[in-house]
Amino acid sequence: MTGADPLRLYRTVRLIRRFEERAIELVHAGQIVGGIHPYLGQEGIAAGVCAALDREDLVTGTHRGHGHVLAKGADPARMLAELCGRVTGLNRGRGGSMHAADFGVGVLGANAIVGAAGAILTGAVWERRRRGAGIVGATFFGDGAVNEGMLLEAFNLAALWRVPVLFVCENNGYATTMPVDGAVAGTIAGRAAAFGMPATVVDGQDPEAVREVTAAAVARMRAGGGPELVEARTYRFDAHHTFEHQVRLDYRPPEEVAEGRSRDPVDIAGARLDPAARAAVDAAVEAELDAAVEYALAGPHPDPATALDHLYASGLTARTGGG
Amino acid sequence: MPRLSYRRALTRALADEMTRDESVVVLGEDIRVAAANVTTGLLKKFGPERVRDTPLSEQAFTSFATGAALAGARPVVEFQIPSLLFLVFEQIVNHAHKFPLMTGGQCAVPVTYVVPGSGSRTGWAGQHSDHPYALFAHVGVTTVVPATPADAYGLLVSAIRCDDPVVVFAPAGALDLRADVTDLAPVPLGRGVVRRSGTDVTVVAVGHLVHDALAVAEELAGQASVEVFDPRTVYPFDWDGLVESVSRTGRLVVVDDGNRSCGIAAEIIATVVERVRLAAPPRRVTRPDGAVLPFAPALDRAVQPGRDQLTAAIQLTLKDG
Ligand SMILES: Cc1ncc(C[n+]2csc(CCOP(=O)(O)OP(=O)(O)O)c2C)c(N)n1
Ligand SMILES: [Mg+2]
Repeated sequence: MTGADPLRLYRTVRLIRRFEERAIELVHAGQIVGGIHPYLGQEGIAAGVCAALDREDLVTGTHRGHGHVLAKGADPARMLAELCGRVTGLNRGRGGSMHAADFGVGVLGANAIVGAAGAILTGAVWERRRRGAGIVGATFFGDGAVNEGMLLEAFNLAALWRVPVLFVCENNGYATTMPVDGAVAGTIAGRAAAFGMPATVVDGQDPEAVREVTAAAVARMRAGGGPELVEARTYRFDAHHTFEHQVRLDYRPPEEVAEGRSRDPVDIAGARLDPAARAAVDAAVEAELDAAVEYALAGPHPDPATALDHLYASGLTARTGGG
Repeated sequence: MPRLSYRRALTRALADEMTRDESVVVLGEDIRVAAANVTTGLLKKFGPERVRDTPLSEQAFTSFATGAALAGARPVVEFQIPSLLFLVFEQIVNHAHKFPLMTGGQCAVPVTYVVPGSGSRTGWAGQHSDHPYALFAHVGVTTVVPATPADAYGLLVSAIRCDDPVVVFAPAGALDLRADVTDLAPVPLGRGVVRRSGTDVTVVAVGHLVHDALAVAEELAGQASVEVFDPRTVYPFDWDGLVESVSRTGRLVVVDDGNRSCGIAAEIIATVVERVRLAAPPRRVTRPDGAVLPFAPALDRAVQPGRDQLTAAIQLTLKDG
């Protein structure tokens, strides 16, 4: 699907928004242990990019990864069950928020190590294409990740070997509390230029703009073009991580937060629908999430005796740690 | 008596050493706002030149610290999560650790690496819950795992003053401890301590597990007299201190939050049996081989060494000999 579809785009953005708000409630209620990195405010990027991808295309996400997984088509109920650590979750309760994966829809996983996923995705796309698939990939990362050597090395490999990977930088202005200006020498787009990769800067708050830019890049890549970079300018509406709901860290001026929040991707996408259609989507999303919460909380907790299941794919059994 | 938290003990050690020695600088991610609540107040006191927030470039800033050390600084590098030590293993092992020998003694690399919140944080899952102190012991980098606020202070101070690289693991399971601390003093590297005297069995416990071992020892008090030995430094290890203890008790159980294969527990048992004739086979309680901590809390707990396992291991050792 690459054409404009405002209704579908709005639905995805709205789904991610409400999913995250529900997830935060579950964090506060103690149902999601370890907290989450909310994707609030950045929904337009995952929604816009994934709207320009096919189901077979591959993506990797980040620690702030719920939006990527949902936008690529994972079942919100199984995603929420994963966050709640249930066996009915996408990863059978083994991965949680930062490792949610759904290979069935091309999500090779969120990843908790900043900058680490780009090279993984590059290798995966390379192999699928070697096997004849016409797929492309998109790897999401933050502005913090552009200072990790691993990611820059992945730029080089992808460009050198012309692997069709869209490197999607979600520039939300901060890596935790570190502002971009204090961390990035040169520019993000300039890093792509160094490897001969085209780079486009896009308004990440406008899901349709993100979709358009992605669709154009994907078309070039499907026609034999090499990797590209998209820098989506965005703003994180909430905490870096929900621990900030308990511990206040002072690093974003309130005026800046208010200004950032004033450009809301849900409203921008919603304004393109007629109000009745928008209300119908909202109601459908709400119903889907009501069911998702119910499904997540009804799922059984994993049996501690299975703690080492899936440790080895080869069938190797690990010695346990007891005396 | 003042109550000191483990985190504040680390803060105090940093502040005291920065005051004492201008060459001490601190580097790390989000340390200005003290996201890990360890570098609290340092920016205000010592300024941005000595308290430097880094971009997310761990490999580079770890070797940057090596370079600064070669030029006279005593850098302290804070890592937000234990798994970052895998990322910078190359920089620590292949450079910082090797420079003195490779240069024929022309230099020292006095860098301290601090991980506030090592091991499981419950719910942080596979890539944030490792406890790789044995890796550093294996390559021979000085490695400490303080169990108490007083030791957190004293070992960090000694680490900063040490002319070699030192890794300081501050276990998540100990970070919230508070204790009455009368005098803060450096704790020598490589010196263990008997936390509880006993006559039937020596339990060696590393880091936060010292407190589990003490609790188990109390529970078993009616049945057995358990000595608890806290090595504090896992490399170089206080072999003489441990041998002295085991020579008295004749039995050895080790509880260690590392992986089983090639873990510090394996090294402890091997070295003790080389030097002491035990009355019963030694036992160890560890993480499993190749442990990856699963997300769900019950699974996360199941993979870590538990008090029940330790109790069982002690009882078996007593029964065996
Ligand atoms: C290699 C690495 N370094 C540090 C961390 C700790 N950490 C997790 S998220 C984060 C900030 C990431 O910033 P950015 O890439 O801009 O993504 P954002 O959180 O803004 O979405 C940090 C420092 C980590 N997980 N991995
Ligand atoms: Mg960011």
